[in-house]
Amino acid sequence: MVAYLAEAYGHFAVALDGLWIWKTMLLMAVGVAGGLIAGAIPGFTIAMAVVLTLPFTFSMPPEQGVATMVSVMVGGLSGGLMAGILTGIPGTPSSVATTFDGFPMARGGNPGLALGLGVWSSFFGGIFSAICLMTLAPQLARVGLEFQPWDFFMLVMFALTITASLAGKHLVKGLIAGALGLLVRTVGEDEAAGMARFDFGSEALLSGFDFIAVLIGLFAFSQLLSDVRDPNKATKSLSEQGTVKARIDHFGALREISKRWLVVIRSATIGVFTGILPGAGGSVANILAYDQAKKASKEPEKFGTGTSEGIIAPESSNNAVEGGALITLIGLGIPGDVTAAVMLGALLIHDVVPSPTFISDEPVLVYSIFTAFFIATFMMIFFQSFMLRVFVLVTRIRMYMLACVILGFCGIGVFALNNVTFDLWSLLWFGILGFIMRQFGFPLAPMILGVVLGNIAELNLARALAITPDLTPFFTRPWSLFFLIIALFSAVFPVFQQHRGRRTWTLLYMPFACFAASVPLYMMGGVPRPIIATIVVAFGTWTLFRRWKSGWALDKTLSQERDYAEG
Amino acid sequence: MARLNRDAIVAIILLLFCGVFIWASFDIRTPDYGVLKPSTWPQVILGVMTLLCFIYLVQSLKVGSAKELAEPTREPGLVGFFKHWQNPIKCFVMFFIFLYSLPILGMLIGGVSFVFVLMNLLGGWAPRQLMTHAIISVCAVGSMWSLFTFGLEVMLPEGVIYNPYAN
Repeated sequence: MVAYLAEAYGHFAVALDGLWIWKTMLLMAVGVAGGLIAGAIPGFTIAMAVVLTLPFTFSMPPEQGVATMVSVMVGGLSGGLMAGILTGIPGTPSSVATTFDGFPMARGGNPGLALGLGVWSSFFGGIFSAICLMTLAPQLARVGLEFQPWDFFMLVMFALTITASLAGKHLVKGLIAGALGLLVRTVGEDEAAGMARFDFGSEALLSGFDFIAVLIGLFAFSQLLSDVRDPNKATKSLSEQGTVKARIDHFGALREISKRWLVVIRSATIGVFTGILPGAGGSVANILAYDQAKKASKEPEKFGTGTSEGIIAPESSNNAVEGGALITLIGLGIPGDVTAAVMLGALLIHDVVPSPTFISDEPVLVYSIFTAFFIATFMMIFFQSFMLRVFVLVTRIRMYMLACVILGFCGIGVFALNNVTFDLWSLLWFGILGFIMRQFGFPLAPMILGVVLGNIAELNLARALAITPDLTPFFTRPWSLFFLIIALFSAVFPVFQQHRGRRTWTLLYMPFACFAASVPLYMMGGVPRPIIATIVVAFGTWTLFRRWKSGWALDKTLSQERDYAEG
Repeated sequence: MARLNRDAIVAIILLLFCGVFIWASFDIRTPDYGVLKPSTWPQVILGVMTLLCFIYLVQSLKVGSAKELAEPTREPGLVGFFKHWQNPIKCFVMFFIFLYSLPILGMLIGGVSFVFVLMNLLGGWAPRQLMTHAIISVCAVGSMWSLFTFGLEVMLPEGVIYNPYAN
């Protein structure tokens, strides 16, 4: 333990030494400031800001490039609260719940306190998440070292299934999007054998689509087109939709948070674990944390009227999400969400392939990510007050102007990837595809994960079959079986959610999931995992017993709540 | 015959897309080495995708055209379609023209022209707007072009009209 801590401290010191130079600090400061503004503009998501930063980092050393991107990410996570609190329009999907109480508090004459609560909750959530990242990622990487190609393949399948299942009743569309992403990645030369696939006689297609061009097209280009879809909204500025003048009340906010530190810890924990789950990002975490804070509160009726807990909970959780998403990226090489997928892209550009050996192979780079996360979180606090003034200026710019300028930037940035015009055409076609998919209700996250993880899945499948052509290890290896089981249960989850409180079989979903997941855990052997499996089985049995005792009675309030939510 | 809904049409298009790709997957050459054939993985994906598209088609046919999501703001007909989607169409067309003219105009002139014309198309052609749009497009694209060209030393596409790398 002492040796491990000493080693970690050594890497941390080297990473800090590498980052603590004026150029990197300046880039990080610009990154945080840019992220804050990008996050504050409704329609401009964090992932989009990080995607657009990517071309600027090519010429930088990996540590510097990744630190800049981490800064944009941290800034973006906190920027969404400014628009949400002051205008009632959330800057990013991860600050939707912040508006529930932030906007009423601001309109009630306390915009400074509302902003202060948001800013400091984001800070504490970020710090909690950074600590979790530093402590959990190496542990997860140790577990990841047990993984063989069969397990990695199933892990990718699980990541895609769970991301698709988050599309709720559009599960099939989510799965189609995921499959389409995998298919896009197969175009061009096959990595294992070097054979041409789906090139249709075109030399440009032979080299395949650059996946960063695809990401920018699918995500940023299509998002910009959606933002200007309505001609009336496109010509309006944000300042026409609310008041944007306020001063942050730092001391009042810190006093308030010190009384509600339990809400911060609970919400940040929700954020970290939501981030670890592939596909579930800040948009899920902030609602979950808000809901939990409301349930745990002594005054739940005050939620929605401008209560401080209603701001603390979502803001602590959404800033904690990225730490969680980076845990799976650093520990296993699997991105937790779209933003982490872009980070993976950035690492791949610098010829760094994240995997369970990432920490041992590239300790300085990994600790640079950890350190940058910490530094950027502190920078975010410093810059919030200043950026609030810039935000006031930005809100005067009309949406169509921003969209046009960023479309131009997309063009320059994408060309800079490989100095190939074909990438610009990829940007256009995938921009159109992404826009059409959005309009037809296809979620883009599974497709993006499919594009990013397609190669990893295929390479691991090839490795697995090279070891043995027998397919049974996919079902008999404990980790592979574990991912297969949770992938199946996550695929059924939207159906379960839809029928919960209406059909009796839904009462068996959770106990059966526990029993099934415990089987591979028992198969793993050792001491801790069978103990965890026993706890899981005990929980499943207890749930089953409780439901049997209540005569398999359905909880009607669940279906009523859902009917109400669906209008 | 009941009118097909939007989702059913999308499902049919996706099935056709899968068909084309399955057919193209048989053209992938198989080398003498390696256990996993280069065509296997795409065929597995396409098999799963075809199955999902069939499920999607059945689901959308079950729902029928009555429950199709309405677009209350959209006028019927082709004119209504273009009116509703005018801004995205303008963006696509302008980006297409920008890419097509890139070898002639180059990234700097092409980029400035693209941003300027698109801003006018989306925001209006009033004299004051023209001035604002011109300043924004020149400053924004010019600074980005300078950053990439001189700061990051990326050779952006040069045009026939203006070639900064000629000397």
